[in-house]
Amino acid sequence: MSKYQIDENGFFGQYGGAYVPEILYKCVTELQQAYRPILESEEFQREYRALLKDYVGRPSPLYHARRMSEKYGCRLYLKREDLNHTGAHKINNTIGQILLARAMGKTRIIAETGAGQHGVATATVCALMGMKCEIFMGKTDVDRQHANVERMKMLGATVHPVTTGNMTLSDACSAAIRDWCCHPKDTFYLVGSTMGPHPYPDIVARLQSIISEEIRQQLEEKTGRNYPDYLIACIGGGSNAAGTIWHYLDDTRVKIYLAEAGGEGIDTDRTAATIHCGTEGIIHGARTLVMQTDDGQIREAFTVSAGLDYPGIGPMHAWLAQLGRTNVLAVNDDEALAAGYELTRMEGIIPAIESAHAIAALKKINFRPEDIVVLTVSGRGDKDIPTYLNHKNLAKNL
Amino acid sequence: MQTNKINRLFQDNPGRKLLSLYFCAGSPSLEGTAHVIETLERKGIDMIEVGIPFSDPLADGPVIQTAATKALKNGMTLKKLFSQLEPLKDKVQIPLLLMGYLNVILHYGPEKFCADCARCGIAGAIIPDLPFKDYLETFKPIADRYQLRIIMMITPETSDERIRFIDEHTDGFIYMVSSASITGSQQAFDKARLDYFRRIDAMKLKNPRMIGFGISNRQTLESARQYAAGAIIGSKFVSLLDELHDPSLALDQLYDALEH
Repeated sequence: MSKYQIDENGFFGQYGGAYVPEILYKCVTELQQAYRPILESEEFQREYRALLKDYVGRPSPLYHARRMSEKYGCRLYLKREDLNHTGAHKINNTIGQILLARAMGKTRIIAETGAGQHGVATATVCALMGMKCEIFMGKTDVDRQHANVERMKMLGATVHPVTTGNMTLSDACSAAIRDWCCHPKDTFYLVGSTMGPHPYPDIVARLQSIISEEIRQQLEEKTGRNYPDYLIACIGGGSNAAGTIWHYLDDTRVKIYLAEAGGEGIDTDRTAATIHCGTEGIIHGARTLVMQTDDGQIREAFTVSAGLDYPGIGPMHAWLAQLGRTNVLAVNDDEALAAGYELTRMEGIIPAIESAHAIAALKKINFRPEDIVVLTVSGRGDKDIPTYLNHKNLAKNL
Repeated sequence: MQTNKINRLFQDNPGRKLLSLYFCAGSPSLEGTAHVIETLERKGIDMIEVGIPFSDPLADGPVIQTAATKALKNGMTLKKLFSQLEPLKDKVQIPLLLMGYLNVILHYGPEKFCADCARCGIAGAIIPDLPFKDYLETFKPIADRYQLRIIMMITPETSDERIRFIDEHTDGFIYMVSSASITGSQQAFDKARLDYFRRIDAMKLKNPRMIGFGISNRQTLESARQYAAGAIIGSKFVSLLDELHDPSLALDQLYDALEH
């Protein structure tokens, strides 16, 4: 087995595991035992693949961005997860997990959401399957991502604004886990990123690995070889990053760069760059890198991007960074917003602010003209228009 | 293994039903820890769980979350808490336990945590998100050296086989979570809860059991006392303490509520 993947105890090196209260021990253990056989079954794969094709619109295009290629001196291909149904990569995971929940006989779905993309993707598949859906969302995010809140409600979900702590993604996760503690029998917690107790990091990574599976095939068709020189993705909890790199983890020809949210800078208190600023700890049931105080209290994360606003990181990514398999860059708010404008003006694609962090990483890497670079645009920027407009000055040099 | 204060509490009171209270250190006031503990002992409480506040308490309801947030804002830390507990070592006779989440304790260091508990006369610790495997392999060997009992929980979701396993590998008492809910009030235990209490009672475990979560009135207290060695009350006392800012008054009102 690859040293980059999960071991039989649910750990990536020293990271991972399932640090959950006893009340959740049984349902987490059941999930640990059930997920691989279900995910690998022919029946699951048939239905999952059919929905990805006809409902989500996969494969998502691999687009050769010519003007950006010229600017950065490489051959840049964008993996267009922004073109998926509901506007981001999140739905790859929710389609898979709802089928898993159904196979396990669960009837009630709960989920956390930050920017609202995972909440919308969850509410969507719940509507599709006729299941009850409850979304936990920090009140700060409810206020700054209003359109997504309305979409979730329109899809039939109940949205619970969370008013504890910083009222953002981390607090939404805590609230979802508390609800799960109260309803361990009938409820499936549909986790949105490669975080949480084992087996969630592995489930989400596997379901998102459709991204790198397609990249392999599409690169072969477009360039005559099935691997890039560089893979680039943004990273918050780590799901689109995990999906982008999954099939290339053991391929050392492929260099991996991940962009985490620097916020106002990693030398300030206002950052969400966990791999740069975190230390080992436990958050939401996983042992991983965590931004915390000297007393072991979880610090609040800060970034302009609601989807990256998390003081932890998927345990897999803590491990990959520690091994040096991935290079993690911190991209600050202003760099990300400017990069979002740049992609908009040069390629006609408005990226989600999360994805704009990956675009900004292009400036920080020295490419050779023949290098093939695949960058995942994890989502579209429709939800972020107000934030972009608040920073119009960053577009003035374009 | 020597007996410690927790063992002696149960040994010395075979017929009497016990009452244990939880409060969050640092809330409502930073310096109130010793006063709360001494008052509760004086007024007849048998055992106290002192909560270590944490920013992200996954197994706590709104009342205890709010108290933890306030405690952190007041500046409570584990180090500060130990400094408040140390002078009580020879003054307080009833068993004191610390209850807190794993991240804070790991950050402090398990060895240092257990050593400081011993230094301050703490008899046990409850760590709700400590996996049993980590307890057996990492925590228990250290805690045993310091005569500290790590108390583990069982819930309605815990299988009989696992309960036997937990019973075999722990000492002191078993914390029996009343229902699949985070801490908070309920009016009465339903039939499923009572069936669960009876089922566990009939297992004749070696450890005594204390029932906690959801006890706030006479009916729930009586049920707990009928099927276990006693009851643990958290949220109800924390909210009274928060409201009244006086442990003596809060306890009087709690006793009053438990009559009804």
